[in-house]
Amino acid sequence: MTRPLVEVRDLKMHFPIYSGLFRRQVGAVKAVDGVSFDILEGETLGLVGESGCGKSTCGRAVLRLYDITGGEIVIDGRAIGSDPWERLRSMRPTMQMVFQDPQASLNPRMTLGAIIGEPLVEHTKMSRAERRARVEELINQVGLNRAFVNRYPHEFSGGQRQRIGIARALALNPKFIVCDEPIAALDVSIQAQVVNLLEELQDRLGLTYLFISHDLSMVRHIADRVAVMYLGKVVELAPRDALYSDPLHPYTKALLSAVPEPDPALAGQKRDRIVLQGDVPSPANPPAGCNFCTRCPNVMEVCHRIDPAFLEVAPGHWTACHLHDPDHRGTLEAGPDDTDNENAGRPARRKTPVTGANSQQGDLT
Amino acid sequence: MTDAHAPETPVGVDRGTVAASAPVAGAEPLLLTQARSQWWDVWDQFRSHKGAMAGAVLFLLILAVVVFGPYIWPLDPTETAIRSRNQSLSWAHPLGTDQLGRDVFARMIQGGRVSLAVGLTAMGLSLVLGTLIGVLAGYFRRLDGPLMRLTDLFLALPLLPLLLVMVLLFREPLTAAFGIETGIFILIVSAIGITSWMQTARIVRGDVLALKEHEFVLAARSIGTPARRIVTRHVLPNVLSPIMVSATLGIATAIITESALSFLGLGFPPDFPTWGRLLNDGVPYLELYPGRAFWPGLAISLVVLSINYVGDGLRDALDPRIRGR
Repeated sequence: MTRPLVEVRDLKMHFPIYSGLFRRQVGAVKAVDGVSFDILEGETLGLVGESGCGKSTCGRAVLRLYDITGGEIVIDGRAIGSDPWERLRSMRPTMQMVFQDPQASLNPRMTLGAIIGEPLVEHTKMSRAERRARVEELINQVGLNRAFVNRYPHEFSGGQRQRIGIARALALNPKFIVCDEPIAALDVSIQAQVVNLLEELQDRLGLTYLFISHDLSMVRHIADRVAVMYLGKVVELAPRDALYSDPLHPYTKALLSAVPEPDPALAGQKRDRIVLQGDVPSPANPPAGCNFCTRCPNVMEVCHRIDPAFLEVAPGHWTACHLHDPDHRGTLEAGPDDTDNENAGRPARRKTPVTGANSQQGDLT
Repeated sequence: MTDAHAPETPVGVDRGTVAASAPVAGAEPLLLTQARSQWWDVWDQFRSHKGAMAGAVLFLLILAVVVFGPYIWPLDPTETAIRSRNQSLSWAHPLGTDQLGRDVFARMIQGGRVSLAVGLTAMGLSLVLGTLIGVLAGYFRRLDGPLMRLTDLFLALPLLPLLLVMVLLFREPLTAAFGIETGIFILIVSAIGITSWMQTARIVRGDVLALKEHEFVLAARSIGTPARRIVTRHVLPNVLSPIMVSATLGIATAIITESALSFLGLGFPPDFPTWGRLLNDGVPYLELYPGRAFWPGLAISLVVLSINYVGDGLRDALDPRIRGR
């Protein structure tokens, strides 16, 4: 249970921008810009962040639904970062995805049976009877009625559709599932059902999840560790409890302070809420230095110059912030460390973050 | 994919599309918990569309008359009888006779055979071409530019000179190889097919472009489905509606184009009746004998109208979201 099933190193996904008469490339939207993390077998890594910060792109890039710009992805011991599309096919059964919009992710002209059966048709040599049996088993597994097998997606409710999507993802017995905001399009009572189903399946089948969401409370419920993304980068990665009780990065602090307090008695006297000013910069033109420097309440001079390294500041607790970087903490007293400053000031972006995976594991298991 | 359950195998829809839609419509018997095939649902929905049923009946009626007419109606469409020319409606000649005394009804039957055959085949050809090019251009980004420029090129070509060149080049070899009737038929059908696929291609490309951004296509990619099966399983069935619409419109265009070609002397030989030629022949007599142009015109209109309704009903019947509502 302790070996990392998924290792992502310095993942970059840039979408080129073409413009002008000759459609030359004039820039790139850096949707994911140097993201690294590990996911241990059987755990759930929550990936949170605001809209447009690159969470979904990151999830899709990890499954190689895009041709990534740079970096390496190792899933189940196999490096798939630069494999061509055809070679990936044999890898697909190991890694599957649950999509955000259950309406859009099911072909309206296919029956439930055909939708769930599609992965089986593609990857197994099952006979029709075997396939039918497997489809019915899957339908049962996600809590739907076997009699629905001939119905079409539009005949189901949102929660049921999401169950269909989950059944399809489960069809090939994957080890790793990317859940791309699987609950964002559902109402609250159904969200709980779907999340409970996901947890139950994880217990039963030993699945590993990358759970993408913007719902911090839901991530707190389901995730073992949480990564916080801002503008294409992971700014903080920590075990769940450490992150929620002791956030280090100013952005994480701001995010957590924005979570509504359900207790009305406490709601009024809530601790100081951090209200961020301004907008997220464009990922096509991120600011120099730290990506968060334009909105950070604790911004220092060094933040505008140097991109902070992603460092382990406590066991298993990683963050990319100069406030927690011993080299830069309080630039005023950083005089003796000037040599290091120059090193860090090079255009090279960041150190490899998760080299200390062992310490994380020690923390978790 | 058996068509045993498809009592109304779509008339005039190219077979590739129908075959591709079949697994999607759930024709795979393995997944049935009820004994009922999905094609029966399609039939039920089609039957509930009154216009479509009327259209289908009318079209089948015209088809039956045109196919079996020559065996029942004794008069020869090319036999001239100068004494009995320009007669009006009578029992002997239900639609009268023309300026050479040929029976108009017999000529209508004979002309209908050619016109319907040309219309359906040319429409099928242009549909296959248009769908193929539209799907390729829409789905594969690398092909988009070249194929759409090709489409623009064909749209910009002046059709008549092109047809003239085609006829000049291929008429002789084709008639030599297949005989005059089949040779000309092949020539006309391919001429019309090759010059009328562009609208379909553009419509299909637009729809495919929108469709391939849907998450279910992404889901198929995440499963590892190769592009060719994504196209046949997920893309084609969902662009069925625009294809169906352009198919029904295409038949009319093909029949009219054929008549224009015959009129210019590029189509079938003058003694060879088609609805378009009958229509054109009738025009000079419009004031004296309006029926001469009226009957072929009515036939063309009825065929187009009925096929439009059938296409409408089929489109609804094949869409599971509309079906059963």
